[in-house]
Amino acid sequence: MSATAPTTTPVAPPTEALAVDASPANPWGRARLLVALRRVVGRVVAAVLVLLGAATVVFLAQTLLPGDRATLLLNLRSGEAVERTAAELAPINEQYGFDDPLAVQYATYVGGLLRGDLGVSYQRHAPVAEVIGGQLWPTAQLALGALAAAWVLALVSVVVTAGRRSRAVTAAGSGAEALAASVPHYWLGVILLVVLAVNLQWFPVMGGTSPAATVLPVLTLAVPLAGFLGQATRDEFDRVLEQPFVTSARARGMGDTGVRLRHVLRHAVLPAITLSGWALGALLSGAVIVESVFSRPGLGQVLVAAVDARDVPVVAGVVMFVAAVYVVANVLVDLAYTLVDPRRRS
Amino acid sequence: MTTQTHAPAARRAPRLVPSLGVVVPATLVGAFVLAAVAPSVLAPGDPTAIDLEAAFLPPSTEHLLGTDQSGRDLWTRVVHGTRHSLLIGLGATGVALAIAAVLGFAAGLGGRLVDRVVGSLIEVSFAFPTMLLALLLVAVRGPSPSTLVLAVGIGSAPGYARMIRGQVLAVRQEAYVEAALALGHRRRDVVVRHVLPNAMRPLVAVVTLGISQSVVWASGLAFLGMGVAPPSPEWGALLEAGRTYVTFAWWLEVMPGLAIVLLAVSVTALGRAAQRRLEGTDR
Amino acid sequence: MTATPSTALAARPAPGADAGPGAPLLRVENLRVGFTRGGRTTDVVHGISFALEAGRCLAVVGESGSGKSVTARTLVGLTGAGASVTADRLELAGRDLTALRPRQWRAVRGAEVGFVLQDALVSLDQLRTVGNEVGEPLRLHRWGDRHRRARRVLKVLAEVGVPEPGLRARQRPYELSGGLRQRALIATALALDPALVVADEPTTALDVTVQAQVLDLLAQTKERGKAVLLISHDLAVVARLADEVCVMRDGVIVEAGPAEQVLHRPRHPYTRTLVDAVPSEHTRGTRLSSVPVTLASHHGVTARERAGSAAADATVPVLEARGLTKRFRGPDKVDRTVVDGVSFSLGRGRTLGIVGESGSGKTTTARMALAMLTPDAGEVLLDGGPWSSLTSQGRRPLRRRVGVVYQDPLSSFDPRWSVGRVLADAIGRAPARVPDPRARAVELLELVGLGPEHLDRRPLRLSGGQRQRVAIARALAPEPDVVVLDEPVSALDVSVQAQVLDLLGDLQQALGVAYLFISHDLGVIRHMSHDVLVMHGGRVVEHGPADDVLADPQHEYTRGLLAAVPRLTTPGGP
Repeated sequence: MSATAPTTTPVAPPTEALAVDASPANPWGRARLLVALRRVVGRVVAAVLVLLGAATVVFLAQTLLPGDRATLLLNLRSGEAVERTAAELAPINEQYGFDDPLAVQYATYVGGLLRGDLGVSYQRHAPVAEVIGGQLWPTAQLALGALAAAWVLALVSVVVTAGRRSRAVTAAGSGAEALAASVPHYWLGVILLVVLAVNLQWFPVMGGTSPAATVLPVLTLAVPLAGFLGQATRDEFDRVLEQPFVTSARARGMGDTGVRLRHVLRHAVLPAITLSGWALGALLSGAVIVESVFSRPGLGQVLVAAVDARDVPVVAGVVMFVAAVYVVANVLVDLAYTLVDPRRRS
Repeated sequence: MTTQTHAPAARRAPRLVPSLGVVVPATLVGAFVLAAVAPSVLAPGDPTAIDLEAAFLPPSTEHLLGTDQSGRDLWTRVVHGTRHSLLIGLGATGVALAIAAVLGFAAGLGGRLVDRVVGSLIEVSFAFPTMLLALLLVAVRGPSPSTLVLAVGIGSAPGYARMIRGQVLAVRQEAYVEAALALGHRRRDVVVRHVLPNAMRPLVAVVTLGISQSVVWASGLAFLGMGVAPPSPEWGALLEAGRTYVTFAWWLEVMPGLAIVLLAVSVTALGRAAQRRLEGTDR
Repeated sequence: MTATPSTALAARPAPGADAGPGAPLLRVENLRVGFTRGGRTTDVVHGISFALEAGRCLAVVGESGSGKSVTARTLVGLTGAGASVTADRLELAGRDLTALRPRQWRAVRGAEVGFVLQDALVSLDQLRTVGNEVGEPLRLHRWGDRHRRARRVLKVLAEVGVPEPGLRARQRPYELSGGLRQRALIATALALDPALVVADEPTTALDVTVQAQVLDLLAQTKERGKAVLLISHDLAVVARLADEVCVMRDGVIVEAGPAEQVLHRPRHPYTRTLVDAVPSEHTRGTRLSSVPVTLASHHGVTARERAGSAAADATVPVLEARGLTKRFRGPDKVDRTVVDGVSFSLGRGRTLGIVGESGSGKTTTARMALAMLTPDAGEVLLDGGPWSSLTSQGRRPLRRRVGVVYQDPLSSFDPRWSVGRVLADAIGRAPARVPDPRARAVELLELVGLGPEHLDRRPLRLSGGQRQRVAIARALAPEPDVVVLDEPVSALDVSVQAQVLDLLGDLQQALGVAYLFISHDLGVIRHMSHDVLVMHGGRVVEHGPADDVLADPQHEYTRGLLAAVPRLTTPGGP
């Protein structure tokens, strides 16, 4: 078998001569490798450009802020709300470069980003990167846990209920998904908190980041996403079930469960994979609310506090960080998609 | 009166028997609209009437949804808050659509260069989850209802923009567009008569989904204290006000939330029904 | 396995069938199939009977909606949700299929009956390797161990004529050419060496040369002793393979018998209609459909007068192409020449047929002729004047002189518009202002054989044939000199196709309009065209009067193409 593989020119039977039989080149041919390489480079360049665009938006939001930044900074640090004299403002403007031309400020900001410098918090004096880094882990736990849980919930719901003979079963599945997809995080969180933590006391009410205290926040974050992923997967699942290749598989003697798991599922998860990059970004913003509901430390709490205080560098830093996560997640999603659907490779 | 309303319905009956999945959400949406237009019909009381004797009463026949820390009737407050919430949702959707229409149509119709520029702009804005973009805007502008509308509107615009762009590009590829050009019609006329109306059609359903989504987002921001300030009966403000008491007065959180969920689910159901109808009759 | 049927039959010999080596493998008597949806039952197959012996091919022929595919699926127990199947007898190798339970059906499918669908691009799972797909029936029926299965897959692929089976088995279906892919699909059905192969339109999406190979493969399968049940809408395909033919219509077999008799001496009028409807070299100048001439003569005359006034100089070709070349940039950033130096000239009131397989560049040529694509080199002239070289502004007033009809009429109508609005829009482009557009629309509908009641309908609510008639009416409304017909009948059933082709012929006679007729179907081209252009790989390989080119082809490609076309030759026919 392997001995025949490196043959480059396919030996066509005589009847084949007429056909437009453009047999594809050896899969490991150079042309193909070049195409794949160009694709990867293209992806990375596109990702960098998106990040640069995001940085520009965030930079503009900071500099175009109404009101004087130096005044805001001083007032934030002292907890007052007063007019500042020029003598007070000068050193601040000097230190943060608020008086530099816009282009210089932009170059400084982007240059800082390249070195991982997200600026300095007005309120806490600390570098934003440190502030984020300190609170990152609980939020990452929350978001990744919710992503995994959402996938499991969505797949179980779809594989078990989609395309069944019984109308009631499919309606129950799709109804549950639709309901889950439209439940706001804060409401679901409050209900879970009141019922499972306050009344039944199965989980701690204010539990920090212990595993027991992580269950409800993860669930709160996962359920709406599961509804969303489930709807996308179900639509595709129903469509694929009607495809001729499914009939072909059944005609080979395959049973219903085999058809669902071996053929249909692989096609049906493609849209949900595509959505997952976006979903991770959405989960991080959902975490803001969930952390607030469960009084759980994390990036969301940092963000809410910073928005409240109008500590713009911290807000901008978190937004920039999430944008970066989104970009990286989408490169990974692209990779995952290619693993499931090799058609993307060529 | 009754015969008048019955007669046309009876004539139409054999063609479209509305299913339960349409009647229930339609009734609910009707109730919400009534609450927004004429709240006193559903809740004759005063939403700001304080009665400290009746503070933190759980839901009962007298106080359908219970009372808050100042003894105000929650049902009255939820009904009277409908208008604010709906207006914020509509306003945000309007802002989003306005931005999206400009970007989407420019990209879809403006030639390759414009499409490239707008396309990458949309791509970049997808890197900002709606909620975070909204929070950034609140941090910059300070919390207020107009910031809320703007923030949610700008945050949800990229999704619509991408959809409009995709629609326009898809419709431009349709054979009927080429057929119209082959008849010698002006490109501009073909765009106005075929491309725009057909590209906008699926948006009808999407917009209804967008309104409910906007209400949810706006109330989420308010829940974080970034929206309308608490004395207002706006739903998000009710949520924020109730947070402190959630461990013992659950209804203060659950009931306004229920209103939001009911609105979102019923509007979404109607939108989906409309979508199915459009798709069913068209292709 | 082959021993089983004879013993079973010996135990219970069927009346009328002699027990022996040729005893029926498949026996169907009074098969009825109905579907229940929403509490309502619709019967689609009303008591059909047939039998099939090993080493023979039975073809079930019919147009869409005849129930032929449902019949095929019933034979593998996959009739579908809500189906009710009853039969006096439904036996495979003496075994009663009606009594099978789902589990038993799974043991039959793939092992005793192989099922081949049309278009391997959608009938094979694109995400799995060819080897996995071919090996699947082996795995499902627990045939051999891993290594034996792998060897078996290579053997089966080699048997169906897939070169380099080791390489192909590791590729995915989309990486294979159309012909190889269809062979691989057939291999999945043959993997377990089933006694019966059911093939549902196995060559429908394929180019003629590939179709010929697949038909040869099925013929070999038959010669190796398999029973082949062929489902097809295409009588010519059936003629190439079938020993016996059943003609189905509306769930009933209207005629059955030996292929030679059914196809050449049909007894039932419907069979005769079908046979007559097949266009070929013998049908030139004759009518394909039995529908009488619908053209109201006076409309024709007035229209002809209008057209005649424009036709000042009959010697100037109405449409002429000189050295058309078009390149497209592929996803790999490499330019490919899709159309390469194509020239032709189309005389007033004549038909030029462009024939070629997929990828031949015929549709790109048509789009350049329509001036919807600008050629990279070369030029198209309209009535001796510039056409492709004009600015789009300058071309606009001339556009009405070149009409177009597409393969899929439905997508060429704005879904929001009624037939009346579609026609009124086109009438507005006529050279002289039409005083009463609605009356003119009714006149146009009448011209294409439709009544005024269609004016207020949406195209979605019309049948395929009616839609194509409306598309033709729209193309004729601005009184064009030439109409580009891009595969105008490819999506239609053969009897409807016959009516539309007849209509096009009548309209040309009455209106003097010229046709640029694009088709992959040599029979259709031969029936319709005065002149023919054979395209292959973007180039014109042969060009000339239809009779010369197609009766005595000079180029090797044309000869191969003609040889590959399955046809309904009537030995002693006209």
